[in-house]
Amino acid sequence: MKLTDYEKAMYEGEHGRAKARAMDLLVRYGEALGAERLVETNNVAGAFNASTPSVQAIAQKGMEHIYSELNLDSDEVVEVPHMVAHTCQLITGIDNDNWELQGVDKSLVDMQRANEKYLGRRGVNMFATCTPYQVGNVPVKGEHCAWMESSAVIYCNSVLGARTNVEGKESTGAAALTGRIPYWGFHITENRRGTHLVELDIEVDDMMDWGLLGYYIGEVIGEDIPVINGRSHQPDLIKLKHFGAAAASSGGVEMYHIPGITPEADTVEEAFGGRKIKGTFRYGTAERRETYEKLQSSTEKKVDFIMLGCPHNSIDQMALIAHMLEDRKIHSDVQLWVHTPRAIKQVAERNGYIDVIRDAGGVVMSDTCPAISRRLPAGTRVIATDSAKQAHYLPAITGVQGWFGSVSDCVDAALTGQWNGRA
Amino acid sequence: MDIATEAKPEAIVLKGRKVVAGRAEGEALVTTETISGWGGINERTGTIIERRHQMRDVSFAGKILVFPGAKGSSGWSAYFHMTRLNGVQPQAMIFTRMTTKIALGAVVTRVPAITELDQDPLSVIETGDWVVVDADAGTVTITKKKT
Repeated sequence: MKLTDYEKAMYEGEHGRAKARAMDLLVRYGEALGAERLVETNNVAGAFNASTPSVQAIAQKGMEHIYSELNLDSDEVVEVPHMVAHTCQLITGIDNDNWELQGVDKSLVDMQRANEKYLGRRGVNMFATCTPYQVGNVPVKGEHCAWMESSAVIYCNSVLGARTNVEGKESTGAAALTGRIPYWGFHITENRRGTHLVELDIEVDDMMDWGLLGYYIGEVIGEDIPVINGRSHQPDLIKLKHFGAAAASSGGVEMYHIPGITPEADTVEEAFGGRKIKGTFRYGTAERRETYEKLQSSTEKKVDFIMLGCPHNSIDQMALIAHMLEDRKIHSDVQLWVHTPRAIKQVAERNGYIDVIRDAGGVVMSDTCPAISRRLPAGTRVIATDSAKQAHYLPAITGVQGWFGSVSDCVDAALTGQWNGRA
Repeated sequence: MDIATEAKPEAIVLKGRKVVAGRAEGEALVTTETISGWGGINERTGTIIERRHQMRDVSFAGKILVFPGAKGSSGWSAYFHMTRLNGVQPQAMIFTRMTTKIALGAVVTRVPAITELDQDPLSVIETGDWVVVDADAGTVTITKKKT
């Protein structure tokens, strides 16, 4: 791989051991990809924070051990200097306030807090959410980023028109210290054109509709770039956040075009940029129904845990849930957790939404989610969620049965203890 | 080293591109479905846990993993990284679809890895075949299992 003089100097250790190890990882990674060079980035969103039991043994040796092993893939333990790129922490495993409800051991909480202090001083901003674009990190069109979190990556590429591949814990760790990432994949204009056409034969309107469409597209498209045609309704942040998360769960979709909505194509022709269309899919009533069925993994109507807010809720989603729960109580056999970024939680608190949800018997969680933390209320057997992503992952990760449905179906299940959702 | 003389008469040799250097041999585990890292595998046992996956409950620990590539969460590399720290990583990776997830994952799992083979490894190699991956030479040598 071709390196600039400055990159060579970092590689050879002239700017310290941490940057040398970071460059070593970037070179190995770049060569594995077949990348010709690196590109400068000043926007890194990664997973640095230590919050799981598997990290505890490493943490006891010192925080620099965690960064060296898990964020740089380095056998050599290096002192970690200040990040050179603007860097933020994505979602973590522990809610700093509600950790007891999660069943987290105090020693893990102490580790997470100590680790946050260590990282914070070095310039890792503690957004602690899977949706950094909701709380201040909104890259502009064309900006080269190094982001993790598949639901954030697809949003970054498609909705914002910024450029990132799906990075990992090690590559973001190296990018934050060097301001470099392999110039490959979605950093290159030609690779951002559409590959497959998806024709909508039915209306796709509410959040559940967009989630189902996303889950369908991920299954049929895999890792390619769909161009969605025939849209009848204008989507917003909430719907596209949900859509992208679903498409990146059932498949590996990292970019899509909705001509006229997403910034890199006004027309279907422009979305394909002269490329030959590799395949066309039609999404109609049968596809929607089949996708809905695929997301249900439960046979039992009695539910005991409702999970809302994946990807983390916007303030408008918090308002809607609070409105639905106003002056009501959830069923005594049911636990309800609603997830939103900490920064949005503060707004929700001031608006009174948190009080309403709390008075109804629900809990507002930040910093984490059950899939990431692998923590559910004790004894959970059957869950219901408005998130295609959680419905996809939670049964696999935690062995529970799952229902997927609309926000109102989920709130209804919270109030009655029974699943009565409809496609 | 001359691969042709090293291989047994019935061996099939595929040529490809090195992703991660090294040489390993072992029994193949072949899946025609992509694999999720985070949320798709148990990193303590090396077992595939994804609901509806054709290799659900099967462990790739110590196997030559032959698959189309990675899908799903960006935790892919971190989870395969942990399979190495836990000693349940595959012995080598042979895959067909290059992505950042699989590239970084193979790098940090630190096992020989190879792609862009001149024949489709997913149809040539079957689970149970004996496979030698020589990433530096860019070769995959397959001895079919006795049927």
